[in-house]
Amino acid sequence: MDPLVERVLQGEKSALARVISRIENREPQAVALLDELFLHQKAAPRIGVTGPPGAGKSTLVTGLIRILREQGHRVGVVAVDPTSPFSGGAVLGDRVRMNEVALDPGVFIRSMATRGSLGGLASTSREVCEALDAFGSDRILLETVGVGQSELDVAQAADSTVVVVVPESGDSVQALKAGLMEIADIFVVNKADREGADRMVHDLESALSLKNWKDRWKPPVLKTVASRGEGIREVNEALERHAAWQLETGQLSHRRRESVGARILELTREAVTRAVLAKAGRPELEARVDAVLKGVESPYRAAERWAAELLDTANAPSP
Amino acid sequence: MDRRIRVLVGKPGLDGHDRGAKVVAAALRDAGMEVIYTGLHQTPEMIVEAAVQEDVDVVALSVLSGAHLTVFPRVRALLEERGAGHKLLTGGGIIPDEDIEMLKQKGVGRLFGPGTNTSDIVEYIREWARTHAHSEG
Ligand SMILES: Nc1nc2c(ncn2[C@@H]2O[C@H](COP(=O)(O)OP(=O)(O)O)[C@@H](O)[C@H]2O)c(=O)[nH]1
Ligand SMILES: [Mg+2]
Repeated sequence: MDPLVERVLQGEKSALARVISRIENREPQAVALLDELFLHQKAAPRIGVTGPPGAGKSTLVTGLIRILREQGHRVGVVAVDPTSPFSGGAVLGDRVRMNEVALDPGVFIRSMATRGSLGGLASTSREVCEALDAFGSDRILLETVGVGQSELDVAQAADSTVVVVVPESGDSVQALKAGLMEIADIFVVNKADREGADRMVHDLESALSLKNWKDRWKPPVLKTVASRGEGIREVNEALERHAAWQLETGQLSHRRRESVGARILELTREAVTRAVLAKAGRPELEARVDAVLKGVESPYRAAERWAAELLDTANAPSP
Repeated sequence: MDRRIRVLVGKPGLDGHDRGAKVVAAALRDAGMEVIYTGLHQTPEMIVEAAVQEDVDVVALSVLSGAHLTVFPRVRALLEERGAGHKLLTGGGIIPDEDIEMLKQKGVGRLFGPGTNTSDIVEYIREWARTHAHSEG
């Protein structure tokens, strides 16, 4: 066994931190490490928390950590913030809200930047969850900024997704109609100390009531004042109910199957692209770009032809 | 591979504002680094725990309260204790030259005075990373 893996399994935080860096840097050794760690996972529930910047996600996560710790769980947290598209750098500020639990030996918090990935979820954050799981975190919280499409990533990586909104985000009901409705297992209207919270709850509930929930999980809409710790216990209870429902209905294994499937496809796609570029090299691509720019063929046709050629080569009987 | 320089920026002590630390954090981000910003009122224990979990290369502290003679050596000692002695410990504040020298003896890196151009800090960290970073602890 890799000595680093051994140290992770013994609960050494600095070793886990190193492993996570290897994963997020996509260092070549990461695959071997993940391979070993994978066998030591205990399928800890993963809870995604998403929503607009400033909605109170980190504050809510901190409240959840406190309750989960009371219940005796060991908690791993992955807090993802966007990478600046201009510099490639990032300011990861979620720890500011989590200071009160930062010294708890049963809590491990890692901040991640999205780096190259388009969505709000760093493309390697799933693997980081796996490392946390093998390390012994039996509840994993995944905080991400929800902007546009990225929520879907979270939904796919987590067993339960909490969508946090605030009263003033009136127009977010619009957004909800677009995509959040599909991914939320629990809605939280945070900052309920502010004007308009009840209205927001009402709007959400009426939007939800337009759907048919037969045999499906209907997301509850909960009010919290995360900064005062109010309503968090109810959020945790809803999470427990959702977990129980998923287990009962077989949704949990279904969701995990989907998630693993999507991940394998994604990794395969990456690996194939890398292999193709390594083997054929850039010139092969450039030639096709030339053809498209000269108007010889469309990018769709070019891609299709290339894929067909590659598959032909792969399928050809070896001489 | 996709490595970034990771820097913890925090502010120990009791004094009240973190404007300086935030300016530095933004400058480091604009230079392509990942900054883990921990905020105000950090104890040395909190700083080191975060530095370990976040696996940063650099710990940069803004110390304005005159506590530099206790804070920097304490953080340095805790880093060693956690097997994280290879990380760069740097920072800024109103620190007399003789104290800077003394802290340097104790393994603290460059300390920047008020009004330092952020590009000097960026350059210093970049240069340090070129020669040290990612060496295993
Ligand atoms: N008034 C009010 N402020 C809150 C509440 N929850 C969080 N905040 C504040 O909202 C700001 C953003 O919180 P944070 O948890 O960092 O939001 P995030 O960006 O979604 O992670 C902070 O200043 C919090 O103190 C709440 O329930 N009511
Ligand atoms: Mg946050």
